[in-house]
Amino acid sequence: MRKRAAVKALKSTLFYAGAVALCVGPLFVFVWMIMTGLKTGVQNIAYPPEFIFTPTLENFQAVFQQHHFFRYLMNSLIIATLATGLSLALGLPAAYSIAKYRQGRIGMIILLARMTPFVSYLLPWYIIFRHLKLIDTYTALTLTHLIITLPMVAWLMVAFFESVPAELEDAAMIDGCSRLKSFLIIVLPLVRNGIATSAIMAFIFSWNQFLFSLILSGPQTKTVPVAVYNFISYGKIDWAGIGAAATLIVLPVSVFAFFVRKTIVQGLTMGALKD
Amino acid sequence: MSHTLSAISRFVDRRQALVYPAPAVIVLFLIVVLPIAFNLYLAFTKWTVGLAQPRFIGLDNFLELITDERVWNGVKVMVYFSGLSLCLELALGLFIALYFNREFRGSEAVQAIYIFPFAATPVAVALIWRVMLNPEIGVLNYLLRSIGLPGSLWVSSEHTAVLSLVMVDVWKWTPMITLIVLAGLKSLPPDPYEAARIDGANALQIFWYITLPLIRPVLIAALMLRSLDNLKEFDMIYTITQGGPGIASETLYLYSYQVGFGFFKAGYGSALMVAVFMIVLVFNVVMNRMRLSALER
Repeated sequence: MRKRAAVKALKSTLFYAGAVALCVGPLFVFVWMIMTGLKTGVQNIAYPPEFIFTPTLENFQAVFQQHHFFRYLMNSLIIATLATGLSLALGLPAAYSIAKYRQGRIGMIILLARMTPFVSYLLPWYIIFRHLKLIDTYTALTLTHLIITLPMVAWLMVAFFESVPAELEDAAMIDGCSRLKSFLIIVLPLVRNGIATSAIMAFIFSWNQFLFSLILSGPQTKTVPVAVYNFISYGKIDWAGIGAAATLIVLPVSVFAFFVRKTIVQGLTMGALKD
Repeated sequence: MSHTLSAISRFVDRRQALVYPAPAVIVLFLIVVLPIAFNLYLAFTKWTVGLAQPRFIGLDNFLELITDERVWNGVKVMVYFSGLSLCLELALGLFIALYFNREFRGSEAVQAIYIFPFAATPVAVALIWRVMLNPEIGVLNYLLRSIGLPGSLWVSSEHTAVLSLVMVDVWKWTPMITLIVLAGLKSLPPDPYEAARIDGANALQIFWYITLPLIRPVLIAALMLRSLDNLKEFDMIYTITQGGPGIASETLYLYSYQVGFGFFKAGYGSALMVAVFMIVLVFNVVMNRMRLSALER
């Protein structure tokens, strides 16, 4: 009896050791990022690295005052919001239709969008936007971000719409409801969890997008990933600034991800788990 | 006015299957299909952006591609980087998913911390990794030395550059594989497990003879999904090494970007991008075959 209890204790110790081991990697990078932001430039290049130090907020101040970071945050916020909103407006009816009428071919275009390397879009887009004088505009960036967010929203929502029983709609229509009305007031409220998940996913991936913004943005529309990248491109690396800026960029999306971690899988697998 | 409105509403209702997907299809056609067609056309031309006009040269770009040593280096790095990172992410993802598959106190909190890298902005965390990987003053070498191990040159040496990038990729993306496999594990039927338990199978046997065959389609699906981004990994490699030192960590994808936007050779760059697309396509077609045959069994 005692031996069994000992084995059980050992097992649960090992189990929690595993939990600690899993958290070390993510947590260490996360903490190191914040610490880099809270150290002075001199402390950041000290060896051995300082683990205990007096934190300073001057990097965060500098990031906002010298590097116009607030504007970049606003740019990212505006573009991600526009891309998310448009993806929902276009993707929800499309996904509903794909789920209801089994329109597999539309799914193929979405898959094509997903498989093509982003650089392949970049060159044509750069040429077209330069021609239309749309480089460094919200229009150009939002449109290119749709390449990522629209397929994501559409695929995620197909799975959610498929789970809505057809009888509910039929009943509404017998009561004299038009199809459009039943889509808007019966079906959409039923899939609100899916809408929330896909909206958050679209926002995260637009917020994180680097490549399109690197080429198509400019001083007016620079987004935060490009802004933080620029901390290294002026010869000297401003590590303290990188730490502060990275913290500001990563925190909002991490909080979002926390809320959707349960439903995120459907968005990721794009229905691949089902059939 | 209300007459027109109700006419529109009736039209939408009658042609629902056409009207609902139409806006999305039109937009996708404009932002996805057209640029791809343009890219395909450019692949058969010689064009340096800003100089002259695109000139049709047939297959010349593809012939140049075959004899370009940097292309073969790119393919080699791509196979090395993707092969290693995908295998590690799949194996680790599976075992960590098995771990999370049993409820325990605090599992919610552990999972929340564990999936942090997945949503974190790639460029931002890659920069932090770059700070940590610094051979002289980086914290990783400090930790290694403090437990008596020699430090590594990490991304500063051509021998360890790709391996270091694999490490960062595994850190960033294993959580995603875990989430997918975990969802798969949760949806497995309980009957085979009960039967096995009655027959007295041990944990290892259950894993090998029941879980693994059942979870195979999900594993392949996760691999396909991850490969879509992994074969086209850009942000992290561009941020940490820019393909260096030299061209030691330059994947074919990164090289195609360099040719297109570093050298402004739009024609040749497009041909390289078509090559990347073909690799992604072939890989996924093969994987999908495997997934379907695993499903049938």
